[in-house]
Amino acid sequence: MKIKSLFFGIAKDLSGSAELILDIPVNMTIGEFESLLSERLSGLKDTQNFAFAANESFVERDYHIKENDVIAILPPVSGG
Amino acid sequence: MKPIIMEKTISVILTEQTLNLQECFDFVKDPGCGGVAIFIGTVRNNTQKKEVKFLDFSAYEAMAVKEMQKIAQQAHVKYTIKKIAIHHAKGLLQIGDIPVIIAVSSPHRKDAFEACQFAIDSLKETVPIWKKEHFFDGEVWVNAHP
Repeated sequence: MKIKSLFFGIAKDLSGSAELILDIPVNMTIGEFESLLSERLSGLKDTQNFAFAANESFVERDYHIKENDVIAILPPVSGG
Repeated sequence: MKPIIMEKTISVILTEQTLNLQECFDFVKDPGCGGVAIFIGTVRNNTQKKEVKFLDFSAYEAMAVKEMQKIAQQAHVKYTIKKIAIHHAKGLLQIGDIPVIIAVSSPHRKDAFEACQFAIDSLKETVPIWKKEHFFDGEVWVNAHP
């Protein structure tokens, strides 16, 4: 299935893209997606302290990704 | 039918414009309140003694606004406050510029102070905004490698 993924902060620099359409297996979890990202995008390896969002809300590693989800890869935030 | 007028008690802004302190104060001040607590974040000229040239703030805009609204709503639930403004800047900011203003009005000062602290602490933990520090010899994403 196809999903849109968004990369911010250092994740954008490491992946080389702000946005990618990725084809991933149905029912994949965020944790599995994280491993897939590190395989496909060699720069994105150490993401254990990153957070993920689905459709603009934080999700845990056990969240099952749905078709047409927008998944955002969020490095530790540093606003303020 | 009588219209129900809901008074706006939350102001959330994420903007490339210069933040306006007066606007935050004007939004939160209230005749029923005995005080307003305001936190103003300013761009510091150094990080661990290394001279900073300027900062570049970027955001996941739609989510950042939602998360700031959530913090404002939580502040209303946790504390006795009247109004809260959370304004954050994005883009390039120079030394001394203001990336964030939080203003809270309350009948009594304790809740204003506590809600203000809660809001800035939460913002720094959950709102998807990132700053890149630019030095004279390079640049680094803040917090990226704890």
